[in-house]
Order: sequence, then structure tokens, then C-alpha cells
Amino acid sequence: MGNTLAIIGMALLGLSLIYVLYRTIIGNPVSRRVVFVYVAFAAGLPLFMDLLPPVHVTPDVQALVDALEELPPNSKILAAFDYDPPSAPELQPMAEAFFKMAFKNDLDVIVMGLWPQGPQQADQAIAAALLDPDVQAMNPQYGIDYVNLGFQSGNEFVIQRMGSGFKAMFSRDQRQTPYDSIPVLQNIVNFSNIDFVMNFSAGKPGTVEWVQFAVDRFGATLGAGNTAVQAPQIYPYLRANQMVGLLGGMSGAAEFEKALGMPGAGSTMLLSQISTHAIVILFIIIGNTAYFRTRKRKNG
Amino acid sequence: MADASPIGIFIAGVLTLGIFSFLYKDNPVYKVCEAIFIGVSAAYWAVEYFYSALYKKFWLGVIPPEGSGADPDMWLWGGAILGVLMLCRMIPKINWLSRWPLAFIVGATAGLYMMTFFVSNAMNQIASTMQPLIQDTFLATLGSFTVAIGTVTGLIYFFFSKEHKGIFGGAAKVGIWFLMVTFGASFGYTVMSRMSLLIGRLDFLFSSWATNFGQMF
Amino acid sequence: MKREIPLIITSIAGIVFAVSYFIPHYPFGKAENIFGDWISIVSAFAIWLGMLNLGEVSLRKIIRKTEGWQLGVIVLVSMLVMLIIGFSSVFNAISSGTSHMAPGTGLKWMYDYTFSPLSATMFSMLAFFVASASYRAFRARSLEATLLLVTAFFVMVGRVPLLDPIVNALGITDFPFFSAVADWIMTYPNSAGQRAIMIGIALGITSSSLRIILGIERSHVGGDA
Repeated sequence: MGNTLAIIGMALLGLSLIYVLYRTIIGNPVSRRVVFVYVAFAAGLPLFMDLLPPVHVTPDVQALVDALEELPPNSKILAAFDYDPPSAPELQPMAEAFFKMAFKNDLDVIVMGLWPQGPQQADQAIAAALLDPDVQAMNPQYGIDYVNLGFQSGNEFVIQRMGSGFKAMFSRDQRQTPYDSIPVLQNIVNFSNIDFVMNFSAGKPGTVEWVQFAVDRFGATLGAGNTAVQAPQIYPYLRANQMVGLLGGMSGAAEFEKALGMPGAGSTMLLSQISTHAIVILFIIIGNTAYFRTRKRKNG
Repeated sequence: MADASPIGIFIAGVLTLGIFSFLYKDNPVYKVCEAIFIGVSAAYWAVEYFYSALYKKFWLGVIPPEGSGADPDMWLWGGAILGVLMLCRMIPKINWLSRWPLAFIVGATAGLYMMTFFVSNAMNQIASTMQPLIQDTFLATLGSFTVAIGTVTGLIYFFFSKEHKGIFGGAAKVGIWFLMVTFGASFGYTVMSRMSLLIGRLDFLFSSWATNFGQMF
Repeated sequence: MKREIPLIITSIAGIVFAVSYFIPHYPFGKAENIFGDWISIVSAFAIWLGMLNLGEVSLRKIIRKTEGWQLGVIVLVSMLVMLIIGFSSVFNAISSGTSHMAPGTGLKWMYDYTFSPLSATMFSMLAFFVASASYRAFRARSLEATLLLVTAFFVMVGRVPLLDPIVNALGITDFPFFSAVADWIMTYPNSAGQRAIMIGIALGITSSSLRIILGIERSHVGGDA
């Protein structure tokens, strides 16, 4: 029922664009509020559908998944959460899928954040991952299988300082437990004891800084999930093999979920993403159609 | 959220709608929500920085808890003194003292960036561009040529010490085309990013908030 | 003295970090670690300076009853409420040895139900303005603008399964053509353009850093460049 109504709504929305095209061509474009309404419907209507669009996993995502899946049990992953709630729709699904994969594969995860909100987002992702029956079967324990070191101020200086010792920046975890008393951190001194660094980033400090310091200076292996707005800037690092893989935006999250075989929020919200892309493209086409017709009329 | 608070979700929804009301026009409800946002976020950041830097880093560093076996790190007082000098910014008579911590941050950042940017963003990128042009597949070969030509012509465009005329000007023109393709890709990704944020908010309103609203009333 | 001391501080800090890149051993490694710790602490004071400044500006607005002073009251009240709740959560956590953001704490509640929705919604509004700008201003007026537009089109249709399922269903191709095109654009021409920008900025930062460390660039201490 929800699907049918939403599809009818989408069809009506599409048809009504003909009127917008007509208005634009006659030189009387619709107001911005009308555009806002279209965007709201395009983003909102698909949320009432339960269709999962076909997702094609791109090589950059597959490379990251392969690198993570190849890690043997009890490998140490440093997961840096450098984002805040506004970027959660893109990065939270990646984070949830990441924790599910890590717990199922019995990997040890050390969480930290260069953004104050990062560790909070990590806690939410862990809580969501722990609801998965397969994860529950593994029964991951705080302190033994994962730990949240919390936030530390200082941006890229924190990474640089961690090069000589993690403990110098995180003397205690988020729950006030001293560094040396946390089982999962035994024998973890610096990046040389870390098998993989996974960064979820929405800006600065973020993936760029992890490449510059953790990878190029301390020799870490890095994979990252980025907001779409940041992802294009990261491609040169990917091409230069400074990173093993990259997840970009909500579509990256959906691809990650598909590659791991764990459909989640990224996959379910992808339909809205497709619909909003379509509406923006149609608006660009309408605007340009009117522009070329007007120009032709003037020239003619 | 397992520990979700119905009143909390209701307030979150009202605040969300309050911010969205700006889309119709600027109005008092939006302004109130915006003012709450400014106040709450400033205080949130202050609390987090107090806890992580001033308590966990500084306080526990200079006065280690009993039994921890750690020695007091008196060097940390240097950071605290610089920090207090920064607060002098608010006292007009001695506000010049705030230049000292500022100078420290500027100097430290300059020293840190000088080599890291040069190595990661210049040398490694140049090395990656200087790869064999002929690759295994046609698309990869085309890609290698594209990267080499695009990077070199893009750099030529940014070189303003020589007038963009003749062959140099032609190369700069090709550089602009590559930059436009780059900006187009960035635009496409920006649309993707912005729409995701909106989808996230609508998903909250239609699922958590609407369900909670139905249960509350 | 007001300018010389900051210049000396700048140079010392800069030299320590620059040299320790090559010689990460005593005394440079030690100095780098000490200075790294200081940065963490100083940045906390910088955030506090920002918050105190916001408080002062709001208070001044209220006292002088300038236009919109009522909003200043809301800023101050919400700031104080968050500070009180935040500090009570922090001190509870310190005394009880738990997380200051544990479920059930006041700070967690404020984070989940005020800070998160407000910040997320504020940025989500950009979606509407991007769409509106696309409709009203995004025109193929020149070759450069057309290149930008065409690339944006391929990226927008290729990065999500928008046209590929249709093309595949029609039997035109059986592989994700638009996804492959978007992937190629991102990997090659996008990387080339980004790399040109990146190298340019890196060289600029390297030279500016050197100028700052050597004391040639002095604008940050209030002097002429």
C-alpha cells in the first residue's frame, strides 16, 4: 500500500514538472519555495517505500572490504570517528556495517575521535551493531573486544603525538578506565601495533590528516568512509596508494553494506537519494531548456 | 534508540520543524531555534574540551591518581600558562599577551605542515603522476594519460608568474577544462551529500518522531 | 617586546616541529611531544575563549537593549543550561568513574535531543538551496560551464543506481555503464584536477610555513607581512 501510494505520488510529482517547464520557458519561473516542495517530496516519498534498489559495488569500496575481510581474528583496528550529527545519515550506516563486520570477524576495535561528537556517534553505531543476532552470537565485550578512548583536542597534533604513544593522548578511556588496565590495549604502544586504521570523516581534521600523519609518517594502513562532499578531494590519495579504499557518501554506505552482505540504513535510504538526484537533474534540464530557447529566440 | 526519551524525541522534532520553518521565510520561531543552537553548541564544545583536554590531559597529567604509578608531568603547566594568556584577550589592558599562545599555535602549525604537506600532498602526488603511461587496458592507459595531462596543465593554469599566451596559454586552457570537470564532480558529490542530510532529517520526522507523536497523543 | 617575543615563540615552535620530522630523537622528539601536549591544552582554552566571547557579546546586547536582544537572552540561557547539565554530567562521571556521555546522563540527553537535531537540521537545509540554485543559476553558458554541467550529470546519475537499472532493463547494456563512467571520471580527470589544486596548495603552504618560521611573515603578531 505504502509502495503504491508513494509511486503514484512520485509519478504525479514527475508529471507536474511539465508545468514547471512551461512556466520556465515562458519566462515566469516558479519560486524557490515551489522548488523546496519538490525536493521535500522527492526526499520524503521514497521513505514510505520498502524497495531496495540494485547496488553496484565500485572498485574502491570492494578494495576496502577486501582489505578488512583479509584481517585475521584479533587484529587491531583503530577506528577514528571524525564527524558530527549532521553527517550521520551518510556515515552512520557505514559505521554500523563496519562494527558488525568487525565483531563478526572477531577483530579488536579501538575507537577514538578528533571531533568531540565522534565518540558519541561511535557509541550509537556500536549499540546498533550489538542488536544484530550474528553479532550477539559473538558476544563482544567492552574492554576486551572493543574500547572507546573518547575525544582528544588538538586536531592533527593528536595523530602526530600518537605516533610516539597512544597513551600520551588517551591516558584513560571514555569510561575513565586507565589505559594500562584495558585488556584490548595491552601491547598497543603506537601505530606499529595497529593492523588497520579506519577513519570516518566529515571534514577537517579527518582523512587528509590521517593520510598525512598516520600513513605517510607512521606507516599505517588506512581505509576511510567520507561524506560525499569531501570524497572527491580524497581520490588523489587513493590513486597514490596512500589509502586502500574509500566509501563516499550514502551510496558508498549502501555499496559497503552490499559488499558485506549486511543491508542497513544506507541501502534503505538510497531510494530517496536516487529520487533527489533525479529531481535536481530535472531542474537543471528545465532551467537549461528555457535558457537555450530564450537565447535562440533572442538570436533569431 | 533503546533508551529513547519520548519527551526528548518530541522536543527534537519540534526543534527540527522550527529550523525548517526558515524555508518559508525568516521568522521568530526559526530565530529562537537558531539562538538555542548557538548557545547549546558553544557550551557543548566547551564542556567536551574541558573534559578531554583540561581534565583528562592536563589535570590527570600533573596530578596522577594514586596507584597509577605515573609521574607528574610538569611540562603540561606550559600549555596551561599559554592557555591562560589566551584568555587575556578578553581584558583590554593586557590583551596583547594573547599573541603569545597565538604565535605558538601559528609556529607549531607552520612547522608541522611544512614537511607533511610537502611530502603527502606534493611529492607523493608527483610520484604517483609519474607512472608508466601505457597500462594493461585501454581505459587504464587513457586514464594514465588523463591524469598526467590534467595534473600538468592544471598546475600550468595556477602558474601566474608567466602570462597565459601561446603554447603556455593553450596548456592553461586545457588545465581549466580539467578543473571544470573536477568542480563538476565535486558539485555532483555535493548534491549527493546535501540530499543525504535532508533524507536523514525526514527519516527522523517520519519514523521516530511520528511514531513517538502518535504514542504521546 | 610585544612583537619580538611572539616572533621568537613562533620560530622556536616551528623549528621544533620542522626539525623533528627529520630527527625525531632527543631533544627534538621530546620537545615535539611537549609542544604537541601544549597544543591540546591551548586549543581547549581557545574554545573557552570563543564561548566566553559569545557570552560577552550576548550580555552586551541585552544590557544595551539593541535590536534582537531577546535572542541574546535565549543564547545565554541555553548556554548556561547546557553548561550546568554538562558539568554535572562530567563531575558525576569523574566521581563515579563512568562515562560523561553514558546513556541516562543529562549531557547525553541534551546531545541527543537538542544539539544533534538542531545541528543536523541546520545543515540539511542546504539541500533545498542547492536544488533551487541548480534550477535558477546552473546554465551551460560557455564550454567550461558545459563541461562542469555534463560531469555533474554523469556523477549524479552514476554514483547512485538511477539510469543503470533502466538501461539494463531495456537491454541496451548488461553492465552498469553510468556507474563505470562516474567511476572513471572520479578516478582519472577528477584526481588530476584535485591533484593540481593539491600540489599548488602544498607548495604554497610549504613556502608560507617557511616564511612564518623565519619571521618574514608577521601578520599573526600584528606586524606587516
